[in-house]
Amino acid sequence: MSDTHAETVSYVRETMLPQQEPPASTVGPVGWAKTNLFSGWFNTVLSVLSGIFILWLAYRLLPWIISPTWQATSLNECREIIGALNKPHGGACWGVISERWKQLMFGFYPPEHYWRPVLSLILLLVALGPLLFRHLVPAKVIYFSMLYPFIAAWLLWGGTIWNPIVAILGFVIIALSLKFLTSVLNPALALIIGVLLAVIWWVALAGPVAGGLSAVLPIGIEAIASRQFGGFMLSITIGVTAILCSLPIGILLALGRQSDLLLVKAMCVGFIEFIRGVPLITLLFVASVLLNIFLPPGTNFDIILRVIIMVTLFASAYMAEVVRGGLAALPKGQYEGADSLGLDYWQSQRLIIMPQALKISIPGIVSTFIGVFKDTTLVSIISMFDPIGLSNAIRADTAWNGVYWELFIFIGLVFFIFCFSMSRYSMYLERRLQTGHR
Amino acid sequence: MKKSVFLGALTVAGLVAGASAAATLDDVKARGKLNCGVSTGLAGFSAPDANGEWGGFDVAVCRAVAAAVLGDASAVEFVSTTGKTRFTALSSGEIDMLARNTTWTLSRDVDLKFTFTGVNYYDGQGFMVPKELGVSSAKELDGATVCIQTGTTTELNLADYFRKNGMSYEPVPIETNAEAQQQYLAGACDVYTTDASGLAATRATFETPADHVILPEIISKEPLGPLVRHGDDEWGDIVRWTLYALVAAEEMGITSTNVGDLSAAAGDNPEINRMLGTEGNLGEMLGLEADWAVNAISAGGNYGEIFAKNIGEETPIGLSRGLNAQWTDGGLMYSPPFR
Repeated sequence: MSDTHAETVSYVRETMLPQQEPPASTVGPVGWAKTNLFSGWFNTVLSVLSGIFILWLAYRLLPWIISPTWQATSLNECREIIGALNKPHGGACWGVISERWKQLMFGFYPPEHYWRPVLSLILLLVALGPLLFRHLVPAKVIYFSMLYPFIAAWLLWGGTIWNPIVAILGFVIIALSLKFLTSVLNPALALIIGVLLAVIWWVALAGPVAGGLSAVLPIGIEAIASRQFGGFMLSITIGVTAILCSLPIGILLALGRQSDLLLVKAMCVGFIEFIRGVPLITLLFVASVLLNIFLPPGTNFDIILRVIIMVTLFASAYMAEVVRGGLAALPKGQYEGADSLGLDYWQSQRLIIMPQALKISIPGIVSTFIGVFKDTTLVSIISMFDPIGLSNAIRADTAWNGVYWELFIFIGLVFFIFCFSMSRYSMYLERRLQTGHR
Repeated sequence: MKKSVFLGALTVAGLVAGASAAATLDDVKARGKLNCGVSTGLAGFSAPDANGEWGGFDVAVCRAVAAAVLGDASAVEFVSTTGKTRFTALSSGEIDMLARNTTWTLSRDVDLKFTFTGVNYYDGQGFMVPKELGVSSAKELDGATVCIQTGTTTELNLADYFRKNGMSYEPVPIETNAEAQQQYLAGACDVYTTDASGLAATRATFETPADHVILPEIISKEPLGPLVRHGDDEWGDIVRWTLYALVAAEEMGITSTNVGDLSAAAGDNPEINRMLGTEGNLGEMLGLEADWAVNAISAGGNYGEIFAKNIGEETPIGLSRGLNAQWTDGGLMYSPPFR
């Protein structure tokens, strides 16, 4: 303080007051409740009513949920246990879950081989690492991710190790022909030739070669038929494959839809509109019933593979429209900027357009993923034992006929865990990719 | 994962094998397994247990056929089918036979081109009502709300029955038996109608089964039996006579416990000898081993044993033999002679 006001002000504080604690009523749980729950008479009434409702719900539900029936081996035994407790509203019969949870998880997969789907799931998380958490996982893991589909298929279905190896060789053929033919040919032509060679390899040569190799060097694990797949393992196999395949296909379809080439555009629009115009159930029936009639008798076209293809096509069509939404939201200047830098079409898509368009579409993409994962339960209609199909089969056991809620609560809970994790991950990704346009 | 599709396609290419539709028996023998279509789950008739082992009344037929053909009751690949997929599975050759509580009707036999090889259970549509309604006959159901599975013959039977008796009803359409049980217990409908065996199985799961009655009227004929494709009569014969062997075994007093002794050497009863292969060459005529019937009966017992074990009065389902008793006891189970 200067002397200017020395005469007019009798006293001037020269030091800051120490900071005081905020009033007790505005901090901590009390403060939180005051601002969020009781900030006016209307909100107070709502809060009290909701609280009463929640308490009433818990009062009615908890006694039902907390029910000592884990050891019961049949519904009647559950009823005896609950009857002895003299509960007014009955209780849950958890014996069915403790007896059948393995079946709900793995279907009819042989128990001594449970480690195989479990290991593939763990490896899946490793393989997804470089894609999902790029800054946390060493980049080299991406090579493992590329091998993962073969490893997983081999672990799940088993059989000789030469099957995945000859399948990989097909991709090696593509890579080699790309490498050596691009010097003499147009790259697109080289790609087509490579793919043709690979298809010839897969269709005509791979089977005999794998058979011959396994006759010489029989390395392998026990083969498991698709019919033995079931439960959440089946849902995850179909769901994860469809999810991972549908994104790249969907991106290509979305780009094709915006293409200037009439034929490409017409094909993409036709595909998207056709698939979106047909319910998934119809496609599944085509996969399971119609194909049986069209294919020559005795053809063994794996049913899970058929379903995976159909679900993937279905998801791709939706994905294409979600990605198209992202593309449409990009300002025109981004496209023009890319052109002005002299980038060609694929470069500008890869470096400028797609990173932004996909970022915009993350919520839509993830909700399509979640939808696809949940739609896998529809396969129970074509007599595959997904969790819903299994719950029906379990009820057909005379010991458990009449058990509903316990099974559906368990299945619902597991689905919730998966879908909620996906949704949380998408929010994390949005935050991480946030570059401040808002 | 895109690559795994190719990998799968590869596997498929390896598995593609030409199969002739005609010689099912040769296919089954070459495969070493019988592909048998069953329901995805119907209490008492087919259900997987906690270890994934299938059991039930329809499943026992599959096992008996597998035992007769391959000598091993466990050499069965059970293919679960829904009401919508069962017929294509059979006609496309995915399964060799279907044993899935399927009603024998003219159109299925003629138009869908299947051969029903007999009847393993005579069923019929019935009604269940809560006891407190005080109804004792289906004729008193005028104006009732009825829970009914849509898209089944039961729906048509119900409409026929009420029209014939000049009564009205209000349908409550439901999709599955599980839903029906919940709706019925919650009081959404007064009456639940489906096949009588299904009603009994449903009632057995209630907390207080005694509070519900199954009315005496049976309003339709539902002969349920195994079926095969048209065009392979030799295979049809095998399934048909395996079923008859089970029925005849009960009539002749052959059980899973004494079949070993009876088949050890020819006894005094020539028909038993012929059936069990100690005399004559019936097995050879069918294209099977001489002890085919012995294997079929050892698999799960004779018809009566299978019935008692899976759906009989001692089980929670608690069905009485009724129409399914031997003809000697006033039922309809009647096997042609083994000669």
